[in-house]
Amino acid sequence: MSILVNKDTRLLVQGFTGSQGTLHSLQSIEYGTNIVGGVTPGKGGKQHLERPVFNSVEEAIREEEPNASIIFVPAKFCKDSILEAAEAGIKLIICITEGVPTLDMLDIKKRVDSLGVRLIGPNCPGVITPGEAKLGIMPGNIHKPGSIGIISRSGTLTYEAVKQTTDLGFGQSSCVGIGGDPIPGSSFIDILKLFEDDDQTEAIVMVGEIGGNAEESAAEFIQNNITKPVISYIAGQTAPPGKRMGHAGAIIAGGKGTAEDKIKKLSECGVHIADNLVSIGSKVSEILNS
Amino acid sequence: MNLHEYQGKSLFAQYNLPVSKGRVIFNAEDAENACNEIGGSKWVVKTQVHAGGRGKAGGVELIDKAELAAKFAEKWLGKRLVTYQTDENGQLVNSILIEECVDISTELYLSAVVDRESQKIVFIGSSEGGVNIEDVAKNFPEKIIYQGIDLETSNIEEDATNIAKVLKLNDSQTKQFIPMIENLLRLFVEKDLSLLEINPLVINKNGDLHCLDAKINIDSNALFRQPDLQKMYDESQEDPQEAEAAKNDLSYVSLDGNIGCMVNGAGLAMGTMDTIKFYGGNPANFLDVGGTATQARVTKAFKIILKDPEVKVVLVNIFGGIVRCDLIAEGVVAAIKEVDINIPVVVRLEGNNADLGAKILSEANIEIHSINNLAEAAKKAVELSK
Repeated sequence: MSILVNKDTRLLVQGFTGSQGTLHSLQSIEYGTNIVGGVTPGKGGKQHLERPVFNSVEEAIREEEPNASIIFVPAKFCKDSILEAAEAGIKLIICITEGVPTLDMLDIKKRVDSLGVRLIGPNCPGVITPGEAKLGIMPGNIHKPGSIGIISRSGTLTYEAVKQTTDLGFGQSSCVGIGGDPIPGSSFIDILKLFEDDDQTEAIVMVGEIGGNAEESAAEFIQNNITKPVISYIAGQTAPPGKRMGHAGAIIAGGKGTAEDKIKKLSECGVHIADNLVSIGSKVSEILNS
Repeated sequence: MNLHEYQGKSLFAQYNLPVSKGRVIFNAEDAENACNEIGGSKWVVKTQVHAGGRGKAGGVELIDKAELAAKFAEKWLGKRLVTYQTDENGQLVNSILIEECVDISTELYLSAVVDRESQKIVFIGSSEGGVNIEDVAKNFPEKIIYQGIDLETSNIEEDATNIAKVLKLNDSQTKQFIPMIENLLRLFVEKDLSLLEINPLVINKNGDLHCLDAKINIDSNALFRQPDLQKMYDESQEDPQEAEAAKNDLSYVSLDGNIGCMVNGAGLAMGTMDTIKFYGGNPANFLDVGGTATQARVTKAFKIILKDPEVKVVLVNIFGGIVRCDLIAEGVVAAIKEVDINIPVVVRLEGNNADLGAKILSEANIEIHSINNLAEAAKKAVELSK
């Protein structure tokens, strides 16, 4: 088992023929992901990376029956692309693109929720189930099939957690980057539920960062609903207040969302804290071997 | 992106919100004329900077002679205003807003933000205006209302009336307030705002509502469809190094330590800063070179980091997912040769083509500490910074 994606995933790529779409589709195919085709309006009927290109998601569904979609289109077209896929019946949509306007996300979130669609991202590295399917831009080679579920708001921080759990021999069941935007398609809580129900996952690593209160909400949820051990690292412990640290999400405003507050809340709710970025792996080891 | 008060008020005026008659000036010579155009015998002169706390810092004055406006402008234009919200260098004053004077009877607070938790636009209102709203929230939470408004499903009249009650408005003021909320909501949505704050919203001596201040922040991700607002960008209000970085698609924030950091990804950049602190060092900056770092951007990043005279060592931490470590390594080598760096550089490369990257660094014949383990790399940088 694993969550969200596996060897049965039939992936459609929106923005297939663009430079990012092409680069990451190639790497995903190399990893063993079953990409069944792509969508680029106006290029339907052509072949790209030995796969069919369609003008619309609807057409692609008719011909190739994809059950997941990954989006690489520019930010200004993301709303249309996500809604197109959702309305055509795709139930898992992963949006890699960064820079989607927040008010677009408010609309998108309402629509995908009402259609029962799981949206991951935007502004995220995607989802990988090691050894089975890679739907995203993460480097495949640092992963290893195993027992740790990883959830993170940040791309490269996810890789750090992955590398450490691979080096210590645990490997990962699945890794999900939920993205660093203020309004993400899926929250920590959404993904925690999936890992709780997944047999392969023995422990969960949750990598958070300053800003907002997603970690605080997750902490309460963990206390009441998650039986598996959760290990957390929070980035931005030394970030000065009021400064925007790259991610739209990573801003401390009005004394809310500090690393200190988050760590306190998580500890109170029984989450194990890795107090340093380089000790995520060793913390997992300590908890699972105790 | 932040707007100046005068820019915010011009948007308010477009949306039929009650603002004072005013003129913005960029030269002291225009001050008297502006007062005369506005008319009356009393004016408020306000320095325009992207920071609050202007009044206490002397950046706002009440005057009763037009020539005093010129005097005020001469005093402030081209100078920097330091308030409790700025750093010790303050913000450059390059414009002054002159407005007719409003007789205030009550000061209220009104703002709107996108609330992450309820995933709605939320209006925040309080009967306690003109003060630090965070103190009110802490000490008198019952005096604040948070009213979520859903564009499609909300009854805006009902929602606005709820807020009006907490603001203790009477019936005729509530009648003014309902269209005000409608207009603010329209402004928020049509102009892609991420924050809108009126502190204070006042009731004047005639009992009418009036917007005495305007603080607006626009969602930078939406600027592509807001060409009019893009033109309002005032680079002088940004930290020069941060603005320079932004032009090159680099995200940079200067800090007060001495270890320069170059990292890909905002989360990892913060994590790297934390790791440096953990081992007893002090980061000089946050710098995210982004997912598609090229040699040119790495060179630019080095230049920006080295403009800070405090920097004693540079730590490069790249986890190649999208970016290839060999390209970063080439960029580092080229940058070091071009910029003529005479301080130590510690480089940690991991992920995509990390081995190739390490090989390039070791063959480059320059002084680089290439360390694959992040903890060891951070320790080395801290040691070299002492």
